[in-house]
Amino acid sequence: MNYLNESLNSIHDKLVNKELSATELTKATLANIKVVDKDINSFITVTEEEALASAKAIDEKGIDAENLLSGMPIALKDNLVTKGVNTTAASKMLADFKPIYSATAVEKLAAVDTVMVGKTNMDEFAMGGSTENSAFKITKNPWDTDRVPGGSSGGSAAAVASGQVLAALGSDTGGSIRQPASFNGIVGMKPTYGRVSRWGLIAFGSSFDQIGPMTRNVADNATVLNAIAGHDDHDLTSSNQAVPDFAANLNNGVAGLTIGLPSEYLGDGVDAKVKEIILAAAETYKQLGAKIVDISLPNTKYGVAAYYILTSSEASSNLQRFDGIRYGYRSPEAKNLEDLYVMSRTEGFGDEVKRRIMLGTYSLSAGFYDAYFKKAAQVRTLMNNDYTEAFKQVDVILTPAAPTPAYKIGAEVNDPMTMYMNDALTVPLNMSGLPGLSMPAGFSDGLPVGMQLIGRPYDEATIYQTANAFEQATDFHKQLPTLGGQN
Amino acid sequence: MNFETTIGLEVHVELKTNSKIFSPSPVQFGVAPNENTNVIDWGYPGVLPTTNKGVVEAGMKAALALHAEIEPNPHFDRKNYFYPDNPKAYQITQSETPMAHDGWVEIEVDGNKKKIGISEMHIEEDAGKNSHETGYSLVDLNRQGTPLVEIVSKPDIASPDEAYAYLEELRQQIQFTGVSDVKMEEGSMRVDVNISVRPIGQAAYGTKTELKNLNSFNYVRKGLAYEEKRQQEVLMSGGVIRQETRRFDEKSGKTILMRVKEGADDYRYFPEPDLPALTISDDWINQIKSELPEEPKARRDRYVNELGITDYDAMVITQTKEMADFYDAMIELKADPKLAANYLQGDVNAYLNDNQVDLQDTKITPAHLASMVNLISDETISSKMAKKVFKAITKGNDPEQFVKDNGMVQLSDPAQLQPIVDEILAANPQSIEDFHNGKDRAIGFLVGQIMKQTHGKANPTVVNKLLITSMNK
Amino acid sequence: MSEKISAEDVKHVASLAKLSVSDEQLPYFTEQLGQIIGLFETLGEVNTDGVKPTVSVTDQLNVMRDDIADNWQERDELLANAPETMDGYIKVPTIIDESEDN
Repeated sequence: MNYLNESLNSIHDKLVNKELSATELTKATLANIKVVDKDINSFITVTEEEALASAKAIDEKGIDAENLLSGMPIALKDNLVTKGVNTTAASKMLADFKPIYSATAVEKLAAVDTVMVGKTNMDEFAMGGSTENSAFKITKNPWDTDRVPGGSSGGSAAAVASGQVLAALGSDTGGSIRQPASFNGIVGMKPTYGRVSRWGLIAFGSSFDQIGPMTRNVADNATVLNAIAGHDDHDLTSSNQAVPDFAANLNNGVAGLTIGLPSEYLGDGVDAKVKEIILAAAETYKQLGAKIVDISLPNTKYGVAAYYILTSSEASSNLQRFDGIRYGYRSPEAKNLEDLYVMSRTEGFGDEVKRRIMLGTYSLSAGFYDAYFKKAAQVRTLMNNDYTEAFKQVDVILTPAAPTPAYKIGAEVNDPMTMYMNDALTVPLNMSGLPGLSMPAGFSDGLPVGMQLIGRPYDEATIYQTANAFEQATDFHKQLPTLGGQN
Repeated sequence: MNFETTIGLEVHVELKTNSKIFSPSPVQFGVAPNENTNVIDWGYPGVLPTTNKGVVEAGMKAALALHAEIEPNPHFDRKNYFYPDNPKAYQITQSETPMAHDGWVEIEVDGNKKKIGISEMHIEEDAGKNSHETGYSLVDLNRQGTPLVEIVSKPDIASPDEAYAYLEELRQQIQFTGVSDVKMEEGSMRVDVNISVRPIGQAAYGTKTELKNLNSFNYVRKGLAYEEKRQQEVLMSGGVIRQETRRFDEKSGKTILMRVKEGADDYRYFPEPDLPALTISDDWINQIKSELPEEPKARRDRYVNELGITDYDAMVITQTKEMADFYDAMIELKADPKLAANYLQGDVNAYLNDNQVDLQDTKITPAHLASMVNLISDETISSKMAKKVFKAITKGNDPEQFVKDNGMVQLSDPAQLQPIVDEILAANPQSIEDFHNGKDRAIGFLVGQIMKQTHGKANPTVVNKLLITSMNK
Repeated sequence: MSEKISAEDVKHVASLAKLSVSDEQLPYFTEQLGQIIGLFETLGEVNTDGVKPTVSVTDQLNVMRDDIADNWQERDELLANAPETMDGYIKVPTIIDESEDN
């Protein structure tokens, strides 16, 4: 089964009409992955046995006609822990790690009878924007296999874009869902901080991380988010806010909505063609009845610096548990305790992870805390204030999701400074915990370009409504990559 | 040269909760290694802590017992360091906003009362335990996540005796709140001390040394006394005190250099992002306050002033809340306050010491002990008989029933005793003569004879009276 | 740019984080970290006088768990994942006792 021309609805109909059983669907999906993923490398682990077992159980129970996700194959980013199934975070540190529990989001997806078919590639510990920082493999962009799929949820994005699955989960600390969604021409949602439980998400930046869906269209995305959202007693930062039906307003259109265009997101550093596509999208919205206003988020330019200080600080602490003592990689050469720590960590982590750990350690260390960590946390407050102000006059903010389309593999991986600056358009909303979605908005030289829609806290529904109006009015999402096997 | 001493104490007290501070694993000791651990305690990838409300409330109780001000918006912080018993390589503690600050306890040394300030008090998680074998070490994470309060004194403590009194007072205050057993010998109270001396008149504090391995209040006092003298001698001989950590050696009573400190540790504290901040309202504080029992000092005063017992007895009875409650219950049952106090600080305490148990873990009940005391007061039994009755009480027997079953009722009725007195007098004419010759010993002998005859049941006071009346006839 | 942080600083930070940086990698890390720290320093331009730091964006406040013990019975699985164990303990090379555990 290749999903390039499918949606949750189309597959669900086949399952309900018994054109396909869950087992047949899963088998077909696995067979397609075998063919397609040879060129794409989106999976670290394909969970064939587990998938067939769950599909069989679902067939025995029967497909639930009311549940769009019943029997649906999905892929999970490999930083979501899965009981008994290797979870690596794309790190040598966890190459053979089998968790003994599952993430809440994973359990929720299992509870609605989805079928996990595999764990997807990513930048090691979600640190990076190209999936080139994986310890295991380089994932290719289905639109041009010489190019990166973006990151850090590059494996999930490429798996969806190449039609291997209809839906995948990613995680987003500073753009890791939205930027790869942009590079792959799919829909990626970073929900409000606290919307989805982080229990079982291997922590990177604890006050930034969120799990979110990556899908081929907007409606499917809303459906998957509904399945994983909600308060969890395991995660005290998860919100008690009621979870609405995110798809309820999908077809309400944008007449009466005000969409803000922040000048700071369309300045230097953003590719001219990308800018053109975003302005065209704004024009489309205007024609659809939305009011477009220019807004300013003046502290945006400090976002990257503040973001890297704060996330690296949190990461430096979060990743200290990987010490070779209780699980994961232990250097076989270590003779004493100090060696065990230093060698296990030095051998187990890749360079980008080490860079972040060192930056974070530095930002927190004696004498630097006030100038770095605290200063960045204050800038975070100012950035929050910018958004609060903006949302007094707009309902949604429209920006590019990335300054450029997908770039060539190897082009930037050795230049962390440039890599970091590329995150300028996605990190600000993580600073404030806001929801943001990336979706296809056009093409530049055959490569997809995404636009980002940012909403008020817990107002994912309005983002989906806005996104769906655009999707209905355009056909960017219907264009397909030439690679991916069967189209 | 005359010196003044400044002592700082950091006391860790283990809180007696059902579950750990950030995970629901049981807090329980003496189980198999790693038995009470889960993925949170092991710092597994993806886990998150959850704050135990019971720990926050226990912390509030401790803070109130120490007369400290509770912080309305405390948050947790991470303290980063690598160690095998520290699974996340950070400890969740409170650094920026400790749970409470500016408290005090009052001590009394040589009749002088003094308030010792407490600069701050916070809640945090304990580490696991490393044990050291030849060629390797072993890690048990059962203790990981056990809730602790850490209490930091202000530099008000000026002598080893004051340090001892402070610890005793702290122990008692906390013990009465019921949040901890506060037992050093069981590790539920741990003390880190630092001490410096300076010539009198010098404004700046002297260089501190830290002492480790102080496993009882007595060792704290001894270790400090040794260290105080050592520092004075070093200074007097023109030497310099280094900032170092020293180990107290129980055998020699000396402190021994462990390591010299080079600069401060860099723990890279920052706010814990996984736990939302707390807000502690006045309502909540008042509710907790209402759950707190009367403080030990107030009870001591009440016992001495209202019940007329001695300072010493009052002090012993208020060693633990359980004993003070026990005493109050006896008074409630109309036991004579002095007699009740005597038995508690005497026989009961001896029994607890001999058997190394806590009062609440014995079969002795306030009702039984009060009943025994009342039997003594109304002269049903003699204090001698009471020894046997007490033994029965420790086995859970009801004293009245026991006395009845063993025919232990004291003979106090003169009508019953007179014939026995007459019989004994008739058999001992020599003693009567001795009595008339002023030999007091004779009375003792005669009482003994009567006790023998009655198998110890005769009331000695009554017998005494009857003997004297009869011989004077 | 690399004067923002010296090679010695990089080594110090690495040792705090229990990482070792080889002599080969040292210039490269020093250069990169220096650049990024230069970026960090641009925050100096921002006036943050009196601004409260934001350290979390959760909408949750005062959420706690009731004090109820629950043993998840995970001991055996946890021990099975450890690189080395002995008699129910996690085994590690000799710890040079610094009396952290008193």
